[in-house]
Amino acid sequence: MEGTIGSLPLDDLADAERKALGQCQHAILGGDHALHLDCGVDLGPYRLAYRTYGTLNAEKSNAVLICHALTGDQFVAERHPVTGKDGWWESMVGPGKVIDPAHYYVICINVLGGCMGTTGPLASDPASGKPWNLRFPVVTIADMVRAQAALLDHLGIADLFCVIGGSMGGMQVLEWAASFPRRVFAAVPIACAARHSAQNIAFHEVGRQAIMADPEWKGGDYRLHKTVPARGLAVARMAAHITYLSEQALQRKFGRSLQDRNALGFGFDADFQVESYLRYQGSTFVERFDANSYLYITRAMDYFDLADAHGGVLANAFRGSPTRFCLVSFTSDWLFPTHESRDVVHALNAVAANVSFVEIESDKGHDAFLLEEPEMFRTLGGFLKGAATVRGLRGVP
Amino acid sequence: MNAAAIRVDLQLIADMVDPSTRALDVGCGDGSLLAYLVNFKRVDARGMELSQAGVNACVANGLSVIQGDADTDLGNYPDDAFDYVILSQTLQATREPRQVLQQMLRVGKRAIVSFPNFAHWQVRLRMVFGGRMPETPSLPYKWYDTPNIHLCSIDDFRALCADMGVVIERAIVLDRNSKPINLPPLAANLLGEQAVFMLRRD
Repeated sequence: MEGTIGSLPLDDLADAERKALGQCQHAILGGDHALHLDCGVDLGPYRLAYRTYGTLNAEKSNAVLICHALTGDQFVAERHPVTGKDGWWESMVGPGKVIDPAHYYVICINVLGGCMGTTGPLASDPASGKPWNLRFPVVTIADMVRAQAALLDHLGIADLFCVIGGSMGGMQVLEWAASFPRRVFAAVPIACAARHSAQNIAFHEVGRQAIMADPEWKGGDYRLHKTVPARGLAVARMAAHITYLSEQALQRKFGRSLQDRNALGFGFDADFQVESYLRYQGSTFVERFDANSYLYITRAMDYFDLADAHGGVLANAFRGSPTRFCLVSFTSDWLFPTHESRDVVHALNAVAANVSFVEIESDKGHDAFLLEEPEMFRTLGGFLKGAATVRGLRGVP
Repeated sequence: MNAAAIRVDLQLIADMVDPSTRALDVGCGDGSLLAYLVNFKRVDARGMELSQAGVNACVANGLSVIQGDADTDLGNYPDDAFDYVILSQTLQATREPRQVLQQMLRVGKRAIVSFPNFAHWQVRLRMVFGGRMPETPSLPYKWYDTPNIHLCSIDDFRALCADMGVVIERAIVLDRNSKPINLPPLAANLLGEQAVFMLRRD
């Protein structure tokens, strides 16, 4: 499809974005009221690409917003139009699953700064008609959430039964609860924190430096030069991927097993299976993700500090909150360890908010939230059922 | 759910809680009291439980529960956050029972506390004539693996309340069959196997 979508040009879209937009809904917002970003820039018009599953009930009381993580997107529970792989959260969302579209109206929006159809550095600046690239304003988690709220206004959805997400998705959930408490009945922040730690910022910086050190990156203008900083982005992904796993999981999966050989090669090919695995993760990632987008979204996570935004006291972010919270952490997650969730719980206790907190025993590291974790499904299923009863949501078994 | 399904001592506590109030159950175990308060008295009831397995089971049943320790985590709550803070059969397992009581009465307008009576005649007999550490239905542990590190009698507890300047609004003493018994204090301290107190600040 060529031409324009709304007032935003479509012809300069990357192939992946074009395919994505072909399989999801989108809205052009901010034409009249620009989105005021934390950095001071007014952004508009901008496009949000999103997917919905299920049906909004007559009372409009069954909407569930799923917030995706750093490299996720709106294709939660279906074959991905670009990669051909399963949706990223099919373990949680789908028929018979914890979030069943038979009962809930499920919405997932590609974040601002993303590269699956939502406006980000890949898009063109409406003022100049040229690709934003690094001239795209730096966005924050709060900006992403404000954009999502604008889309819900556009869709006529006043409030959400639940906002749920893991990792950066969990940060958005916390931001939603803090910024729009009356619009969030239940909040489920999973494997996340109220602020990005120094260690996590450090890992992100390694990834960004890998991208920017790639000569094909060209100061961010690689599309003008028709190059792709694939090696830099792949290295960024490889480094990040290690942080999503755990020592036990890596050992269990790979140990010191060799890849397609019986003896050490005495060279620098991928001798070990774990090397081969990481190289594969890196190479497939660059086919679906934009390097500049990676810079912007990692930056948004680094800037996230909910306490700082509320006078240095995290509890102030939730004062008077009517929302029911359920936090989830995993024992082997060293990227967002349990104590970070516990800090949020203590802040919620300090304002006597309604909060549940479960720590799930798992050796799968941070990625556990995306995987088969029956204890997580059981506890979240119970939490949502309890919340649905209080909300008077009919039809939830 | 069957209204008669909870333990007799928990039912007594539940009966002390007014409908449509806010309550925190510290050491809520499997959440049976919480579930009763939510389902039958429309109480905004929250729980705190030491064991993560207990917490997860409660949350899977739709209850609002966090993992926490009575000794350390009550301090996170603001003053007067709840109408009732409940501590059933847990006081004797805390490290600092006096401070826990103080925190309960700061966080809650009222505190409801139940505990086994260490001056029950069976305990006295076993200690005095058996010469062994007591094991009774309400104190079923061996001396070397008991979680109960601060046992007290009903009279000890009354003395602590007096010392802390805490008002005892109600005191119910239960016999071996968990039936309430109405006896003068000296007899109650001998024949009561456990007790339930409702307290408030002076």
